[in-house]
Amino acid sequence: MNFPILSTLIFLPLLSSFFIFLSKDKKNNFGPIYISLFSSIATFLLSLFLWYSLDINTADFQFVEEKSWINDFIKFKLGVDGISILFIVLTTFITPICIISCINSVKNRVKEFLIAILILETFMIGVFCSLDLIIFYLFFEAGLIPMFLIIGVWGGSRRVYSAFKFFLFTLLGSVLMLVAIIAIYWITGTTDVTEIYNIKIPQEYQNLLWLAFLSSFAVKMPMWPVHTWLPDAHVEAPTAGSVILAAILLKMAGYGFLRFSIPMFPFASEFFTPLIYSLSIIAIIYTSLVALMQDDMKKLIAYSSVAHMGYVTLGIFTFTKQGIEGSIFQMISHGLISAALFLCVGVVYDRLHSRLISTYGGLVNYLPKYSFLFLVFALAALGLPGTTGFLGEFLVLTGTFQKSYLAALLGTFGVVLGAAYMLWLSKRVIFGVTTNPEIKTLSDVNKSEIIMLVSLAFLIIFFGFYPVPLMETFGVSVNSLIDNYQLALNSR
Amino acid sequence: MINNLNILLPEIFLSLSIFTFLMIGVFVKKSFNLIFNLTSLILILAIAMILNSPSYEEKIFLDSFTRDSFSNYFKILILISSLFVLNSSKNFITENKLDKFEYPIIILLSILGMFFMVSSNDLILFYLGLELQSLSLYILASIDRDNLRSSEAGIKYFVLSALSSGLLLYGCSLLYGFTGSTNFDLISNELDQENIGAVFAMVFILVGLAFKISAVPFHMWTPDVYEGAPTSITNYFAVVPKVAGLALLIKFMLIPFSNILLEWQTIIVFISIASMILGATAAIVQKNIKRLLAYSSISHIGYALAGVATGAISGYESAIVYISIYVIMNIGAFSCLYLLKKDGQYKENISELSGISKKHPLLAISFLIILFSLAGVPPLGGFFAKFYVFTAVLEQKMYSLAIIGLLTTVISAFYYLKIIKTIYFDDSVITFETVKNKTAQVSIFLSCSILLTFFLYPSILSNLVNSLFIS
Repeated sequence: MNFPILSTLIFLPLLSSFFIFLSKDKKNNFGPIYISLFSSIATFLLSLFLWYSLDINTADFQFVEEKSWINDFIKFKLGVDGISILFIVLTTFITPICIISCINSVKNRVKEFLIAILILETFMIGVFCSLDLIIFYLFFEAGLIPMFLIIGVWGGSRRVYSAFKFFLFTLLGSVLMLVAIIAIYWITGTTDVTEIYNIKIPQEYQNLLWLAFLSSFAVKMPMWPVHTWLPDAHVEAPTAGSVILAAILLKMAGYGFLRFSIPMFPFASEFFTPLIYSLSIIAIIYTSLVALMQDDMKKLIAYSSVAHMGYVTLGIFTFTKQGIEGSIFQMISHGLISAALFLCVGVVYDRLHSRLISTYGGLVNYLPKYSFLFLVFALAALGLPGTTGFLGEFLVLTGTFQKSYLAALLGTFGVVLGAAYMLWLSKRVIFGVTTNPEIKTLSDVNKSEIIMLVSLAFLIIFFGFYPVPLMETFGVSVNSLIDNYQLALNSR
Repeated sequence: MINNLNILLPEIFLSLSIFTFLMIGVFVKKSFNLIFNLTSLILILAIAMILNSPSYEEKIFLDSFTRDSFSNYFKILILISSLFVLNSSKNFITENKLDKFEYPIIILLSILGMFFMVSSNDLILFYLGLELQSLSLYILASIDRDNLRSSEAGIKYFVLSALSSGLLLYGCSLLYGFTGSTNFDLISNELDQENIGAVFAMVFILVGLAFKISAVPFHMWTPDVYEGAPTSITNYFAVVPKVAGLALLIKFMLIPFSNILLEWQTIIVFISIASMILGATAAIVQKNIKRLLAYSSISHIGYALAGVATGAISGYESAIVYISIYVIMNIGAFSCLYLLKKDGQYKENISELSGISKKHPLLAISFLIILFSLAGVPPLGGFFAKFYVFTAVLEQKMYSLAIIGLLTTVISAFYYLKIIKTIYFDDSVITFETVKNKTAQVSIFLSCSILLTFFLYPSILSNLVNSLFIS
């Protein structure tokens, strides 16, 4: 494999954003939209090819590219394994959907919006491909710039506050990670992830380094109590921004735990497991309760995201096969479901310019197709068997039961709360009495919205019934992750 | 000795040009344009001369003047940055009636002073160079003499700077008294940690140097002078003297004070942390963009000093890389100011920047890139500057310095974001004219492209700087 397929994947969106930059601003902005759609679909197909040609019987990194970068000691190293490929495919799948969604929802500065989305895609793919801590940090942080602009330029009324909060929270968490990364470099002499796996960081450093990484991942995840930026950012971001934020940016932290925290700091990971359990359980129960009280649809879904991410951290730190597989599955599933829910909110927001639940009610009488799709996603979000949402939560809780009954019990209680707020939301938005006369004039979902929502619904149900393709992809990698973790603990 | 005079070739060349230009200025009427263009030419020729000079170390005049790759690097950095600063500000100078023929000549004089500063290997020569540079800068600060604020800035700078020069000179005399020599190499041999008097001398010298690079707590003059002086002069102030000052500081640590590193370090760590914190917090409330850039430059000097504070070669290297990238960013940032004109007046208030993203998208995106780079967000050049510094700091296990430094980057990110917010998120209040200023646009373009593509080959600059210390 001499063809640098990963670099191509990363820089294809960047290249096309450059073409969009050069393209002429016509009235309908069709030029930029077509270029970006074309390039993002090409990226998607390329990532599918990558998935197809990935050897899933080995946990080694594949398609590895290496190039000396900073003074020969830090390499530009890329590679994928069974875990990261799924996130890459998720990224490349969500991006074209975002671009389609902006046809309806973004009215001004469309060209710049598309450029921002594509640059963001480059950075997101980069995060999931990088096998060097510095490169990872570079992509991880760089994503802040386009996202800050997406929230700030195209966002709602309190966009400035939200954009600042998003940027500063994330940056504050990340600088400590940068300190940790440089410290790792001086401890081990390398920032190459695979080499650090073999070198094994001395136990006395692990706790502090682990906490520094946590400070970044906890903000990004987001875990309670540093989750407060998320509802603000979600509410104010334009639809496409919310979709990317929920579907992909939040997954970076979970991915980071799997790729960096656990394999590099096994002792610290074990040591801090009770902390993670507590934070996860608080996130699940507390934010579910908060979600019950929201009158803003986007805010409700944002809080539900925090709760769902609580399952992810819970599952990862069980260090059991079910738990970790469930977490990865939950991340993919949440990526699809939350994206779909935000798109659903976007659809009605484009028509009525209100996110308040009280504005709606009785949509089922006037927008039957929309209501059907909304219900599918709402049920998937509450974990109805037959959708991906069920499998993720079920596996996580199965894994948790092996480690801690209390955590599992409380986690299961969160599932009930999840059902409560999602069903209540559906009841108030989709069913009930139509009080707002404007709803009667609304048009049902149009073609582009159908394409986005149906493709998401299809995947949610398909993988809900037949999760094997996903499970097979990351199975071997997860096994080796757990084996290495146990091996490291036993070597004490 | 006469045979060795070619060591001084760039300096001699500059001095002769200055004399010639003065004559031209006296005898030719309206000679500003002529002298200005000739100055640019002289700067380019001087760059060529330095590039052509050999890279091994040579000393002249009883070892008081050194020419090595270290000083050559700084001289080239000074020349290139002056070239860009001068040329991008030409429109500004002529439009604000600052086009006196003395303007470029005084700039050349200050450059000559800085040349002697970075090349000096002797307390006397070092002080002469420093004073030549400072005196030129006093005049430059008040060059708009009919403007009250410019004159005020000049006086303020003169009084405070003269005080600091006095302290510096006192330190030099103490040092001479305790070591019996003015030569850096000899001082270095004489000094050790037992020598309490020399430590006193060091503190005085450090105060003087910290003043010149506007490090906290000797920064008081910076915001006022930056705001009061004409933008073209502020631009020069923000870039060129900082380079020379930092070079001198590193030189002092490398040669005369190399044996009392521990004493240095404690002070520099304090100055560095204080500059980072004050620069980050005080800038938040600023309304004037020049004042804001003043505080931003204070905090950037803090980061560069963090590299110096390590007391290791890798730290000095990182500080030099830092200041080089800082120069690139600041040239870009100030060049943007030359394009913000409304009714013949250049605007300086941050709130007036609102909405330039609609009418001037290219200017807005350049500003965006430069500001994110100043904030140190990857993958832009400013990130790598900070990355090198903190890598060096952590190599010496100075964890608290690194953590404080990185936390202040978050605070300073806030005010850079505030400008970006004004440019991109707010609705426009006033519409700026479309300014035709090719040179400023070229500066902005170059600065942005370097910052954007720096991540492709981040080691070019650090390898270059690394080669300065291998001799």
